[in-house]
Order: sequence, then C-alpha cells, then structure tokens
Amino acid sequence: MTSSAIALPRVSSRPTAWLSQHTPILAVVAVLFVLWYLAAFFMNAPLVRDAFERNEVKYTFSELVAGTMEAQRPVVPAPHQVAAELYDSIFGYPLDSRRNLAYHAWVTLSATVVGFAIGAIFGIVLAILIVHLRTLEKSLLPWIICSQMVPILAIAPIIIVVFGAIGIRGLFPKSIISAYLCFFPVTIGMVKGLTSPDPIQLDLMRTWSANKLQVLWKLRWPASIPFLFASLKVSVTISLVGAIVAELPTGAQAGIGARLLTGSYYGQTVQIWAALVCAAVIATVLIAIIDLIAKWTARRMGATP
Amino acid sequence: MARASSPPTSTQTAARMTSQPATGASRAANASALTVDARGVSLTFQTRDGAVEALANVNLQISDGDFVSFIGPSGCGKTTLMRVIADLERPTAGTILVNGVTAEEARLKRQYGYIFQAPALYPWRTIERNVMLPLEIMGYPANERRERMQRYLKLVNLSGFERKFPWQLSGGMQQRASIARALSFDPALLLMDEPFGALDEIVRDHLNEQLLRLWDQTGKTVVFVTHSIPEAVFLSTKIVVMSPRPGRIIDVIPCDFPRDRTLEIRETQEFIKIAQRVRSGLRSGHSYDE
Repeated sequence: MTSSAIALPRVSSRPTAWLSQHTPILAVVAVLFVLWYLAAFFMNAPLVRDAFERNEVKYTFSELVAGTMEAQRPVVPAPHQVAAELYDSIFGYPLDSRRNLAYHAWVTLSATVVGFAIGAIFGIVLAILIVHLRTLEKSLLPWIICSQMVPILAIAPIIIVVFGAIGIRGLFPKSIISAYLCFFPVTIGMVKGLTSPDPIQLDLMRTWSANKLQVLWKLRWPASIPFLFASLKVSVTISLVGAIVAELPTGAQAGIGARLLTGSYYGQTVQIWAALVCAAVIATVLIAIIDLIAKWTARRMGATP
Repeated sequence: MARASSPPTSTQTAARMTSQPATGASRAANASALTVDARGVSLTFQTRDGAVEALANVNLQISDGDFVSFIGPSGCGKTTLMRVIADLERPTAGTILVNGVTAEEARLKRQYGYIFQAPALYPWRTIERNVMLPLEIMGYPANERRERMQRYLKLVNLSGFERKFPWQLSGGMQQRASIARALSFDPALLLMDEPFGALDEIVRDHLNEQLLRLWDQTGKTVVFVTHSIPEAVFLSTKIVVMSPRPGRIIDVIPCDFPRDRTLEIRETQEFIKIAQRVRSGLRSGHSYDE
C-alpha cells in the first residue's frame, strides 16, 4: 500500500521523464511525416502546375505548395488530408452506414479474427501431427509449401464461388481465405517449437516412462510457447491481408477491401489511403494485443525479467 | 606411437570375463540380490563416419545397496553404459537385467531415477512444480505430490525455495532440486551422470557428503559417473575403471570404507592406495595413439 502510494505521484508528476524516454521514437515519427509531406509535394506538384497552366493562371511557389497539399485527387495525399478523411468517414456517418469506414473496418476485422483463429488452430494441429508422425512430414509438407505458392488472388474467387454455390456467403468464406494464408507461419513455427526441448529434457520424460500425450502437454507444448507467439504475430497480419484480398472478388460489398476497390474505381486516392491507414492501425492493434498476451504468459512461465 | 604402457592383461581379462574380483567385499555383495546384471553387453553406433564401438563385451554386476562409480576418460562409454542400464540406449549384443527384469521393463516400472550432468529443470515450472513433475506423470494424487515434494526439498536443503523459478537458483541449488526430483518417486536405484561435474570443488565436496548421507540413510543403490578419482574413491563401494575405443571395463576396484565415511578418509593411506590403483588402471587403459 505505502509503496504504491509513494510511487503513484512520482510517475504522474514526471512528464519530462516520459518525454526524454520517448524522444527518439517521436523524432523518427516526425522524420517520417516530413518525408511524407515532401513526397506529397513532389508527386503532386506536376499535377497542380498543369492545372494552373491549363487555366493560364499565374502562381507563386507558396500557392503551388498549398495546391499540392489540398489537391482533390492527389497522387500522394498529404497526411492531414488522410487524417481529415479518416475523421469524416468514421464520425461523419452513423455506425451502420455503408459510408462509415468503421463499419467496413468491423466487417474486415471480424473476418480476420475468425480466419486467424481457424488458421492458428489448424496450423497448431498440423504441427503436432507433423512432429509425431514422421511419414506426415514427408508426405504433407510439400503440399503445404505448394499451397503457399499459389497466388491467393487466383484461389480467392474459386473459394468464394464454391462456398457461394452451396449457399455459404459473407464472413465464413472470407475467413477461410484468411485462414488459408495465415496457418503456414504457425505450422512452421510450431514444428520448430515442438521439437525445441533439449534431448535431456526428452530423456527425462523417457526415464519416467511418460506417454506421448504427457510429453506433448508437459514438455513440448510449454517449450513451444515463445515460438507460438512469434508466429502468431506474423500470421495475424497475414490473416488481415487475407481478409482484405478476399473482399476484392466478391464485388466489393463491404469491408476495407471494398473501400479500396471503390476508391480505385472512382480515383478517390484519399479514400484509398484512409482505408490503408485504417488497415495498418488494425494490424498494429492486433499485434499489440498478441504481444501483451505473450508478455503476460512469459511472466506466468517464469521468464527472466 | 604405440601404447605407452601395455595394459595389465590379467586384470583386464578378469574384469572382462567375470568382473568379479576375488575379494571379500564383492563375494559378500554377490550373496545379495543384483540390481544390475550386464553380460556381454556391446553397443555399436552407426554414424555417418562408420561404426563406432561405444561398448565392447561389458560384464558388470551391481548388488543392492552398492555405490558404484564409473570412471574413465571421455569417450570410454561410461555414460553410454549408464544409458543402457536406463534403457535410453539398446545394446546391440548381450543381455542386461535391472532388478531382475529387462532394462525396458525396469524403466516402464519406474525403478530408477536418472540425474543428468545438467539439472535440466523445466524453466517454465517453479522448483516445486519441477519436483512434482514425475509424480504428475506417474499419477500420484495431488496431496501426496505436495507432501513428497516438501519432504524431498527439505532433504536436499531447499525448503523455502518452492516458488522460485530455476533461473533464480545457483547451479548447485538447481542440481539439488534435480536430485529431489529424481528422489521424489522413491526409486531403489539412482543413476547419476556426472551430477556435480559443472560445480566448483567446495560445493562439490559438500554435495558429495550430503549424497553419501542420503545413500547411507535410504539404502538405495547408486551408480555414479565421474571424471574425478578422489570423488570416485570417496563415494564408492566399487569403482569401475573404463577405457575408450572400444569402451570397456578394465578394472573393478573394491573400496571398503565404512558407509558413514567423512571427508577425512581422504588423508588415509588406504584412500591413497586405492586412488593409485584407479590412476594406474586409467593410465594403462588410455591409448596415446592420437
């Protein structure tokens, strides 16, 4: 009690400490924004210049800069344009509106989470089978690798059409495509993780004449947890990409993929960028959640602080 | 270069053929039941570079309650012989009986506890859960697991460290925890593969004394692999001297100090005499070809 009572004000009264700790990160972010603005200026400048010249208007340099920052259909939109578009499209419409980006983000996110869960479980089960059955490793692994070489853009419409033909539409086919993409890193990581225990640790199990299930549950599984979280972090972003790709061939009814598609139909670059930033934010949040769970688990499992 | 000194063939054949040196101690031991009975055990590993003869025609009898040390240079097969006893390796020829049944049956009946050179505690388990792990696997009820864990952690002087993780303990404490883990299910036979090899001499002496007391009190049979001559002489009732390429037994030396011996016996004439016999056995068996 006392220690926390002392510690609390100390933390809150030190914004300078927080600042000095995070200065390098803030500096990098600032540099990235500067580069983005520069890119926006140089990429849009010819466009704006052409527009001025077409209308035979005299323009100053500062007018040119202002033009590149406020272009209707820029090649590269400026950060503040994307931010404004994000704000408008999330807070400017009711949540269930087709025009609301949050609605589309939710559609994609739900497919991502379901697909990620299916993919992760499938990947883990596959890894357990591969580790225990030598023949499976030889017979199954080449097919698994092949499955990842087929371009998802070619497979996705097939899956959508096949599921559509048997009356399954909406979230599930998208999740399957997302799972199809994201199980692979889990399988590879978990095969490595499940075979990671020391020979001595396996020998010990043998001296106690433990059965295979006990070896799996009490040794292989806990030993593979760090590998599991590392591969989950990779596969969660892939499952998001999978869900977005799966939205493209469905005729773009809803989801971030749909926003990207309509954005490119109508040349709405700002809308495309806003959708991309939205996807990036979702991916970041998903990874952060997995990271939190990973850290919590590691603490429970006695990791060195 | 040829062998620097020719091995004492008479001892060697005696050890190979019968491995029962005609001494009072071993004759007395033979009267009781055999914990380990190896006859003509050979083991050849097939490696990429050809066959490696890890054990060649090993005969060895270990009686109940013995403390037997395997000593020899690296690659002499002492660990391999121990792994054969534990059914972690299968011999390519010969028979091995442990407590009167085959090594595999003995393993399936969980009749021995194996202590490796490294503590090999599971890093995600606390000390208490590490000690209880074999009991979990063997299906002991939860209250008995806890009771045994407390008893054996106390025996190895680790009470109070139940909730620590392995990395929070020193190397010697970790090894003691691994001994408690091997003792937890109360096997009659302890197989210890250089358990104190990685520890400094002070800790090692201390643990050796503790081990002796434990052996004296519990009446367990101990098989102990070591590199150290003083350690072997101090601990054992019987010292098995081994030699490499191929791994074989070249001498079995009885060592009849009282069971409640203390570190002081290391100063006695008899101790030094036995140590000398071990040393000369090691020297004779060692080839300087390479």
